[in-house]
Amino acid sequence: MAELTLVQAINAALARAMQDDARVLVLGEDVGRDGGVFRATDGLLARFGEARVLDTPLAELGIVGLSVGLAAQGMRPVAEIQFSGFIYPALDQMVNHASRLRTRTRGRMTCPMVLRSPNGGGIHAPEHHSESVEAMFAGIPGLRVVIPSSPAKAYGLLLAAIRDPDPVVFLEPTRSYRAVKEAVEDDGAALPLDRSFILREGSDLTIVAWGGMVRDALASAEALAAEGVAAEVIDLATLKPLDTTTILKSVAKTGRCLILQEAALTGGYGAEIAACLAGQGLTSLLAPVERVAGYDTVMPLPRLEHHYLPGLPRILAAAHRAMEYR
Amino acid sequence: MASDTKKAAGPDGSAVAIGPGSWAAAFPQRRYLAPDGTMAAAAPAIARDGERLIALYRAMTLTRCFDTKAIALQRTGRLGTYASSLGQEAVAVGVASAMRPEDVLVPSFREHGAQLWRGVTSYELFLYWGGDERGSDFAGPRQDFPVSIPVASHAPHSAGVALAFKLRSEKRVSVCILGDGATSKGDFYEAINFAGVWRLPALFVVANNQWAISVPRAAQTAAQTLAQKAVAAGIAAEQVDGNDVIAVADAAERALARARAGEGPTLIEAVTYRLGDHTTADDASRYRDDAEVSRHWTEEPMSRLRQYLAAQGLWSADQEETLLAQCSAEIDAAADRYLATPPEPPEAMFDHLYAVLPPSMAAQRDAALAEALSGQENPGRTDG
Repeated sequence: MAELTLVQAINAALARAMQDDARVLVLGEDVGRDGGVFRATDGLLARFGEARVLDTPLAELGIVGLSVGLAAQGMRPVAEIQFSGFIYPALDQMVNHASRLRTRTRGRMTCPMVLRSPNGGGIHAPEHHSESVEAMFAGIPGLRVVIPSSPAKAYGLLLAAIRDPDPVVFLEPTRSYRAVKEAVEDDGAALPLDRSFILREGSDLTIVAWGGMVRDALASAEALAAEGVAAEVIDLATLKPLDTTTILKSVAKTGRCLILQEAALTGGYGAEIAACLAGQGLTSLLAPVERVAGYDTVMPLPRLEHHYLPGLPRILAAAHRAMEYR
Repeated sequence: MASDTKKAAGPDGSAVAIGPGSWAAAFPQRRYLAPDGTMAAAAPAIARDGERLIALYRAMTLTRCFDTKAIALQRTGRLGTYASSLGQEAVAVGVASAMRPEDVLVPSFREHGAQLWRGVTSYELFLYWGGDERGSDFAGPRQDFPVSIPVASHAPHSAGVALAFKLRSEKRVSVCILGDGATSKGDFYEAINFAGVWRLPALFVVANNQWAISVPRAAQTAAQTLAQKAVAAGIAAEQVDGNDVIAVADAAERALARARAGEGPTLIEAVTYRLGDHTTADDASRYRDDAEVSRHWTEEPMSRLRQYLAAQGLWSADQEETLLAQCSAEIDAAADRYLATPPEPPEAMFDHLYAVLPPSMAAQRDAALAEALSGQENPGRTDG
């Protein structure tokens, strides 16, 4: 079993999907000869050829719009948007077309496509390269929004996303691309969509996180354990549709919940989870729900980035506040 | 090229150089059938194919009949907001008549004539414009796209469909129809640029009806023609009189043949005129002179074809009367069937959202059903 980084796991999943299904093709800016700016598509052109790996003109709306047309024709396009800050022109296509083609035609036409993009900061990248865009997509009916947290999750969830008969926005945590290696079995086995994963069990406090924040959640749980606080860590994995059952069950046990998100606080996806707890889990709660998030500021350039990104100090402070309620 | 440049007025009134010469001269408007019903000597073979001309005339008549009925239904509260195609029938019918069944149509929202030609039924069109998604579940052309209400955002889909054809080595063409306003959007340019660089089997037809709701063609772009926008994408283009169904069909046929032969995409600018309001929710008298509309009525597409057919001895007053009666009967029957069709049950909102409804949405579906069964659904609703 190979030890892979998250970006290598993405690469392995793409190669596996292309090998298994001739309808799968990869398109985007610099995904061919260059192998993608993060090397997610490295080697795919040499292995599968120009008809399966397409270096596109520099046009994000066009890349995603073409993918809608390809998907409607029964192909399985996997489109890459190079950096999350460049994804906005594609929103129109995802909202007005990809997400509702099945609905609009009462199932006559479908849109089995995957829109991949790096998501979030933490790699000292230039402006517009570090945005967290998940909430923009998670509010769109008809889409799935999936964010892996580890190499193994990236492999299994991306395979599931490509095989899914409906459009999936697959957001890859930029700062986790090369952060760790993990043993990943390249066996073509997909992980389930639409459900969250409990990565660590605990009885005192639930920490809900996704993408790059999952490692912070696990590190925080470890630190809390040293203090005698048993934290349960939920990796959301699929944000849309939300697996509310796993969250509500966990909070019913712990009575306390921290929600971690790298995106700006207001209107972030954490608000949806907080609303779920307020509506369906209020009687379980011993303490106010804590959202540990980025500030409602513009994502700063690299010199202030570490001040923006929520890390262990903010998470532990929130955990301590929650634990004061008995 | 420098010797070919001319002086034109820049935005500030100063002279700026443009080239090559006049774009209007580079893309002359091709016309065979004049508004008075006379046919140019150089007309293509279609002009001598009486059977085909009659088929085109019938299709245009059916389209106009559908249009009249749709507006009447809307005005009496029995149809939703509707976009009339009055005066533009030759563009939609002409283009569709050149297509093969296995080609794919990616239309805007004013191409009823093309949809009807391709086998979408008037019943389905009524359903759609009456606010029922089943109207886009075409029984006929299963791979044709539903109409695109957002302007120009469907153009990249057509390039994607064409890419699928090319990748699978299929001799099929994707045909996108869009309006003059759409050519101001980046979506349009991105689509023709993709199609050009990959030599995709695609045809883009700009139905230039001179008005984007209230903004006239002259206020839309400084480009002398819309056809010349193809130059930037490096693809073939031509301009035709969009009210001359022979010129439209001929240009489309040639473009489709080139696309099928692997010679790449084409942009056709079909110059026509929107004789009606933008939609039934619009009042064009707020921004457009009646005199202008009256003038364009003398150039509309059907009268000239009827005159030509009559002059050729191919069409009589009796035939005209019979055709109108047939079209009315067909459209009335479709309208009656639409009006007698009950709305879908509320769960239809959920049942076509995903291939399988995520379990987390079951509660919402159950709630919608329970509300409907209780008869207590939203009292502010206006239908159902």
